[in-house]
Amino acid sequence: MPKHELLLLKNMSQPGYTGSLADYERAGGYQALRKVLGKIAPADIIEMVKKSGLRGRGGAGFPTGVKWSFIPKDHPGPRYLICNADESEPGTFKDRQLMERDPHQMIEGMILAAYAISAHTAYIYIRGEFVLGAKILENALAEAYRAGYLGPNILRSGFALDIYMHRGAGAYICGEETALLESLEGKRGLPRIKPPFPATHGLFKLPTVVNNVETLANVPHIVNRGSEWFASIGSPPKSTGTRIFCLSGHVKRPGNYEVPMGITFREMIYDIAGGMRGDKPLKAFIPGGASATFMIPEHLDVKMDFDSVAQAGSMLGSGGVTVMEEGTCMVWAAENLLHFFNHESCGKCTPCREGSLWLLQILRRIDHGKGKMDDLATLLRLCGNIAGRTVCAFGDAEIAPITSTLQYFRDEYEAHIREQGCPFRPQPARELITVGH
Amino acid sequence: MLIEKHKDKIATILKRYPEKRAALLPLLWLSQEEQGYLSEAAMKEIAGLLGLTPPQVYETVTFYTMLNRQPIGKHHIQVCRSLMCALVGTEQLLGWIHAKLGIKPGQTTPDGLFTLSLVECLASCGTGPMMQVNDDYYEQLTQEKVNRILDDLKREGKCPLATGPFMFPLPEEVKR
Repeated sequence: MPKHELLLLKNMSQPGYTGSLADYERAGGYQALRKVLGKIAPADIIEMVKKSGLRGRGGAGFPTGVKWSFIPKDHPGPRYLICNADESEPGTFKDRQLMERDPHQMIEGMILAAYAISAHTAYIYIRGEFVLGAKILENALAEAYRAGYLGPNILRSGFALDIYMHRGAGAYICGEETALLESLEGKRGLPRIKPPFPATHGLFKLPTVVNNVETLANVPHIVNRGSEWFASIGSPPKSTGTRIFCLSGHVKRPGNYEVPMGITFREMIYDIAGGMRGDKPLKAFIPGGASATFMIPEHLDVKMDFDSVAQAGSMLGSGGVTVMEEGTCMVWAAENLLHFFNHESCGKCTPCREGSLWLLQILRRIDHGKGKMDDLATLLRLCGNIAGRTVCAFGDAEIAPITSTLQYFRDEYEAHIREQGCPFRPQPARELITVGH
Repeated sequence: MLIEKHKDKIATILKRYPEKRAALLPLLWLSQEEQGYLSEAAMKEIAGLLGLTPPQVYETVTFYTMLNRQPIGKHHIQVCRSLMCALVGTEQLLGWIHAKLGIKPGQTTPDGLFTLSLVECLASCGTGPMMQVNDDYYEQLTQEKVNRILDDLKREGKCPLATGPFMFPLPEEVKR
């Protein structure tokens, strides 16, 4: 594959492409479905996706084919497929583009996935704020029904599938798959204790697969061009395919860029995203959404694949890369993210619920010049009491900004405490954003 | 009441789920779109429809930030305060809105037209600073744009600067 061949963003990058069914079909859309229905057994599709090496694009990176294979084959009753379109990880804005610009690519992926796990009902759980995305998907689903790609007898193969939209209503945690299930069932979005896993006890306690938008959008390409082809892209064997990275912060050209996994952060930030927006050097970056630990300039040559980023102590996560220039206050940045985590903590587990507020209060105190040197040890002790002690991964996520900024920028925390204020920014500028907490 | 006005819609929604309670969020949305917020009467009616107790509905409503339990301004301005937007100008944006409307986060203009809230990440991180007003996103904001949007909303109730189907950067802007 040439280095920059686009897969997921290819159609929408063509001039005049609207994302309508006609446009998608003209670009080769729904050919994968025709190839599969009535011709290839569901188990073979699962095998194909396993062999492709496709891993979840929502954040956790779990192998997709393996997830599908956990659905019990002998289960007599219904099973469900859910598309997780709750894109809420700060720094991430790729699913929004995939849904609004090429909805049928994702829908075809959903039909193939549902066929693979023999599900006849699927839901798209979309975050409540994506009103436009929900409308576009509703229209696309209606088009697919009219064309016979959805309904009781898809392409006369005997396979039946209904896909329904389900809107969230404002809660980050509902992107966590078991919280999503609770929310879909009409409850507060509190993550469930695992096991049992959704593969056996998911939606309505029935076998369920939850896949991210980008993950599902990859499936038609794998079916069309084969698992070997897909597995040759990126950094095989553990990081195959492309990723859409979402560049934000202090770069010249922020935006969504699809590249094969395995290019370096330096190439991404300096070549593709145009480098730093001003004349200031790079100070830190977050490699995979707000839940990932901060990285620093010495990590610029780390490859953007699952393993390399993990080895460097962070995670590729959701693909949201946020770049910060010299002069950005790291205490302020951590405080901002802790405000997010405190606001979004669902409240189920004490360490996370109470810990996030306590952490936020200490950070705010330090940022406002009222910190004590003891606070730094308290921060770390608190972080140690949250990590691994919560039902879901949120607890580990909320400490990431603190542990990593303290690791790399401890002197900055100390300067705030010593100088009784932020050495980077004057206090009055923060007045408006503090109002309304 | 909801049931009389939207009988068919409610029946369609209920058919999508094997368990009635799963229809709760869709019905709450239907009700909020109707009234602008969720009154106690509406929550009680929905509880009755789904065979739930009113507290079961209420405890769910209070979990979700987009469900309003009291009336708000006609145009709900929601400014993203998360880090990615904050790096590129959330504070300036709040300043521009304050200069134009005289309100801070948590406040409503005296004429009831605008309510301003700070919200967390809206998946618009490459195009900050940004705000959502009711259903629409407004991105890559400048003071000039903000003034025009707020003027348009006040006069016409809508503004053409709202983001359409999202793609950023656009193909013609990509230099590969």
